[in-house]
Amino acid sequence: MNRINQKLNEDKKLLSIYFTAGYPNIDDTVSIIQNLEQSGVDMIEIGLPFSDPLADGPTIQASSTAALKNGMTTEKLFEQLKDIRQSVSIPLIIMGYFNPVLQYGVEAFCKKCQEIGIDGLILPDLPADVYDEAYKAIFEKYGLINVFLITPQTSEERIRYIDSISNGFIYMVSSASTTGAQSGFGETQTNYFERISKMNLNNPQIVGFGISNNDTFTQAITHTKGAIIGSAFIKYISENGINYLNNFVNPILGKN
Amino acid sequence: MKNTYNINDKGYYGEFGGAFIPEMLYPNVEELRQNYLKVMAEPSFQEEFNQLLKDYVGRPSPLYFAKRLSEKYNTKVYLKREDLNHTGAHKVNNTIGQILMAKRLGKNRIIAETGAGQHGVATATVCALMGMECIVYMGEIDIARQAPNVARMKMLGAEVRPALSGSRTLKDATNEAIRDWINNPVDTHYIIGSAIGPHPYPDMVTRFQSVISEEIKWQLKEKEGKENPDYVVACIGGGSNAAGTYYHFLDDENIGIIAVEAAGKGIHTGESAATSALGKEGIIHGCKTLLMQTDDGQITEPYSISAGLDYPGVGPLHSHLYKSGRGEFYSATDDEAMQAGLELTKLEGIIPAIETSHALAVFKHKTFKPEDIVVISLSGRGDKDLQNYIDYFGL
Repeated sequence: MNRINQKLNEDKKLLSIYFTAGYPNIDDTVSIIQNLEQSGVDMIEIGLPFSDPLADGPTIQASSTAALKNGMTTEKLFEQLKDIRQSVSIPLIIMGYFNPVLQYGVEAFCKKCQEIGIDGLILPDLPADVYDEAYKAIFEKYGLINVFLITPQTSEERIRYIDSISNGFIYMVSSASTTGAQSGFGETQTNYFERISKMNLNNPQIVGFGISNNDTFTQAITHTKGAIIGSAFIKYISENGINYLNNFVNPILGKN
Repeated sequence: MKNTYNINDKGYYGEFGGAFIPEMLYPNVEELRQNYLKVMAEPSFQEEFNQLLKDYVGRPSPLYFAKRLSEKYNTKVYLKREDLNHTGAHKVNNTIGQILMAKRLGKNRIIAETGAGQHGVATATVCALMGMECIVYMGEIDIARQAPNVARMKMLGAEVRPALSGSRTLKDATNEAIRDWINNPVDTHYIIGSAIGPHPYPDMVTRFQSVISEEIKWQLKEKEGKENPDYVVACIGGGSNAAGTYYHFLDDENIGIIAVEAAGKGIHTGESAATSALGKEGIIHGCKTLLMQTDDGQITEPYSISAGLDYPGVGPLHSHLYKSGRGEFYSATDDEAMQAGLELTKLEGIIPAIETSHALAVFKHKTFKPEDIVVISLSGRGDKDLQNYIDYFGL
């Protein structure tokens, strides 16, 4: 069974962390992953940086620009990750934009992911219908779970469709926005989390965008399986470096 | 008539096009996709659109027989005078259409991207006309080098927001506009200025610009007794004036379709915007098309002396015309374009936009027969480029 599905089957709420590969330094990738696992994080999204990250706010944009400037490439990332499964056992997902994957070759990319032990992909600008028609078979051949996004504006019909072609979890974008921490969640978000929860989808939901502290984390997981933190983590490592990640993770989880 | 070069029902021109957008944009783009053809077909829409094109834009734009230019190149050259439109370029055809579309979709906030500022001015103009809120994203670098157009937009009531990310030019302004739309999914319409973006934008923009070729047909009939030229020529950045100029001629293979891209300092100098020559298939701003990128799939920075052609991609229609061989593609360097612009000025008394000057440089690359009728889209006037001409020629 795919590590993502195993993790989703565990009877606990999940914390997933996103970081941009190649940031703050080109060779930080493996250390960040190892340190996050040791800090008790359940799942990691490794960001493959892109020159034009349309869905991202200023923090992730800046980290992507810096990572590319540091020399990060698809090939380089795969090289860094080649022995990752000797030291890390939690699910690893690569998150990025579709064009770099397309240029690498979709099948070659998926094959490489399987060799390394990557469990899934999140490609926000690969639309569900295109995936379904052209790429689903390839992803499945290499045992990869593809994760789709939904937003408060996504229609019920489309959520059902996305649920039907998903085989891991659904990435619930907390509000209509690009990535980046907001001040907190209001009634709109709570209603949205509840509404989706009542749909009894086949795939569990994990909330992302706008989660930065224990408050937002707690609100997000009340009606869902877990939450994803990106921008707040990148801000943290920009200021505090990549060691002692407990200092970031513990307060989120409400531990001292 | 079979229409092989037009868009198919899935939103592709051949293998190019589609809608590669994050889910956050899906409801907006889907709303537009479901409604654009229906709205455009409404008699009240047609009436309002045509009325504004006539009384406000000043259409039809003349089809002018350029006698001295024709003599010089020993062929028959007609210039389609989009430069005489209100706001000075073809851009306004599309912004009029899209603002009427936005109104009918119940939107009250307009966003746009701009490079040189022509599309920004055309958008700010129609927003003033309709009393709608207008926010124009423009690269910080472009804001500095296109000060008069920034002032125009402000006078027209638009807010000009600097794009501070990436290279701080057109590509990044487009990214910022898309991010704005993600953050404002309900009340906002995004007026894209070129024949790019996710489906249905390339087709919608092309249809609004197709008035150019529609007029060429009847105007040529009046002047030459036949409605089809031998060639239609246009410059291509994203490709909206070209798309409009070609539209009604796409499926008649007797008519040559010629595109002139910006070679910048030369195709292989690393400072160029000749996408068909340098680009590979990929995804930019929501569509699959030819774009300039690294082997790793990172989008690279183009260069051209013309801010309007300084875009790393080309609309999906044009990628299809290139790949299928239907279109003949050339590229003109900065120098060739500047000389062609000066030549038109001296021979015909018309100062063209530098974008347009690239189309006029076609004569450096192709020899036409004396009996050929060649229609060139004179997409914009050169007032905005005066400083560039002054600097280049030391005037």
